[in-house]
Amino acid sequence: MAEAINHATPADGAKNPILLEVKNLKKHFPIQKGFLFSKIVGYVKAVDDVSFFIRERETLGLVGESGCGKTTTGRLILRAYEPTAGEVWFNDRRMGLVNVFDLDKNQLKALRQNMQMIFQDPYSSLNPRMTLLQIVGEPLLVNNVAKGTELQDRVAELLRVVGLRPEYMTRYPHAFSGGQRQRIGVARALALNPQLVVCDEPVSALDVSIQAQTLNLLQDLQEQFGLTYLFVSHDLSVVEHISDRVAVMYVGKLVESATTEALFQHPLHPYTEALLSAVPKPDPRMRTESIVLQGDVADPANPPSGCYFHPRCQYAIESCRVETPILRELEPEHFVSCHRAEELQLAGVLGKVTAKSS
Amino acid sequence: MNNNRELLVEVKNLKTYFFLDEGTVRAVDGAEFNIHRGETLGIVGESGCGKSVTARSILNIVPKPGKTVEGQILYHRQIKGRTEVIDLTKLAPQSDEMRSIRGAEIAMVFQEPMTSLSPVHTIGNQIMEAIQLHQGLDKAAARELAIEMLKLVGMPLPDRIVDQYAHQLSGGMRQRAMIAMALSCHPSLLIADEPTTALDVTTEAQILKLMRHLQDELGMAIMYITHNLGVVAQMTENVVVMYMGKVVEQADVDTLFYQPLHPYTQALLQSIPRLGQKTREKRRLASIRGMVPDPYALPRGCTFHPRCSKMIPGVCNVEEPLMLEAAPGHKVRCHLCADVKA
Repeated sequence: MAEAINHATPADGAKNPILLEVKNLKKHFPIQKGFLFSKIVGYVKAVDDVSFFIRERETLGLVGESGCGKTTTGRLILRAYEPTAGEVWFNDRRMGLVNVFDLDKNQLKALRQNMQMIFQDPYSSLNPRMTLLQIVGEPLLVNNVAKGTELQDRVAELLRVVGLRPEYMTRYPHAFSGGQRQRIGVARALALNPQLVVCDEPVSALDVSIQAQTLNLLQDLQEQFGLTYLFVSHDLSVVEHISDRVAVMYVGKLVESATTEALFQHPLHPYTEALLSAVPKPDPRMRTESIVLQGDVADPANPPSGCYFHPRCQYAIESCRVETPILRELEPEHFVSCHRAEELQLAGVLGKVTAKSS
Repeated sequence: MNNNRELLVEVKNLKTYFFLDEGTVRAVDGAEFNIHRGETLGIVGESGCGKSVTARSILNIVPKPGKTVEGQILYHRQIKGRTEVIDLTKLAPQSDEMRSIRGAEIAMVFQEPMTSLSPVHTIGNQIMEAIQLHQGLDKAAARELAIEMLKLVGMPLPDRIVDQYAHQLSGGMRQRAMIAMALSCHPSLLIADEPTTALDVTTEAQILKLMRHLQDELGMAIMYITHNLGVVAQMTENVVVMYMGKVVEQADVDTLFYQPLHPYTQALLQSIPRLGQKTREKRRLASIRGMVPDPYALPRGCTFHPRCSKMIPGVCNVEEPLMLEAAPGHKVRCHLCADVKA
């Protein structure tokens, strides 16, 4: 299945080179029982065989419902967790192409200068006892990039870049609103001029008007500094807006990935179709009856047989119950793991497209 | 469009303030709107605009140091075929009359189903409490009805769930239990405060479909409080837009989405990414500049003027705009629309 992802497909000519490639990534968290002589009674398969890639200067949206493993995937890429299996290949500016999981401590420190993260909750991700100078300056200080007045100048510049006044440097996070705090988090992530930024639900905790400001800021910064984003979110409209390509996860597995247009206009996986139809559309003249899935999301500690989605899938047949589908490239750069992907005619955001155009 | 429908609740010049050490927060500052029988009304606004406090004022459960200081909430109560008008703001929160209305005739579904259900009582006992209290049924009959309600909200295996605790249920099932509890006494008004905000999209779709189905079946009025414009567009007939405790625009849902008059409503509609429009290359999101003002120090004049792109210096920052009726049923609070009226 990893072979399906080709580093240099013929049509690749104009496209940017691949910056990050995730191959068969797995993370199984043990479930322990007992206190003194605890034993492992099972595993939560948070991430279960996930493969995708991100090109330089593009944004990959990673969507799915809560508990589908999207945040765990983001953290595994930074090696905040040790994986159960799999590889993450990153084309580092200084070290070249490396597998993140093979690196030793010093190499990892060097790698993380080029890989940063923006967190969901701007209230809990900033230390309330540190000033902005300390928060934004910390990565520069610990990596011996700048100190003293040079550090102050650099922090002032970073604050200006994210749209905050440099005079705010001496203040503490409590003096700022949610949107401003998220900007502080962005400034901190940009301090070391990273190549890749993993954005974990960066706008979910913000109000609509502030959400738009933050999304615009992220797009501007991407253009200005040539950043690559992995944008983890559950909000499909936001993901459509910001992403070049999108990957959809369901119970630890990647079910579909494609360019944003392809995925939203002619999805190949029934789960993607259901997700798209479930989003309430902000248009009173488009009152569509959405596809309502039966039941709840499967338990990742005890997933169903075959395709994890089959108990809720309206198109499920016998083989879906028995056989686990593998991720395959059905159309160029359109990956899907569904047994019936070829025969199904699924509806995208604009309704059913009978003649598939790509 | 609602003229032929009976009035259910009239909110008139409602002012609910919070008296804190730092100053007075005018959470609701002169809100005014009506709800008719069987109507679906949406109340939209960003956090801190006073939409939840408005709902709590109607139910008379404004948390301390908050207090309704002015205005009326007229509830048209139907008793034995005739209608009686009660001002809910005049009733004491713990009075018998308020208690007989709250939970029975006006019910509420809260945002966070985990924190609003009791963790130490079974789902069944919590629903039965409301039924026994308001309908005077005995325990066995109340249990029957509780199971009936759980069945109505599409709960799988209702006779087993009835004896389970909140933590044993998933988020969607908890919200279904909340709805079952709210509907158990057949309220004439259901207030749903962000009923699907904490849920995943596919679960949200299930709950919204359920709410629509239940309204068709039971015919109650629903007041949706939400910041999600998608939910508003899909679920409501009429919409009230609030900003800093005031109603800034009110219209039917189609007019509001297609001919919004207030600059805040317009900006709000432009700032959301819409599914199906690949906007990345074509345009940036139109964002509202600045941020929600400090509630202790509200700007003079129109509270939106520091963020408004159409601000008229000398007017908007001086004089507070009045509510105008721009078209029948379409009200707006903006100086720009004064000419439209004339």
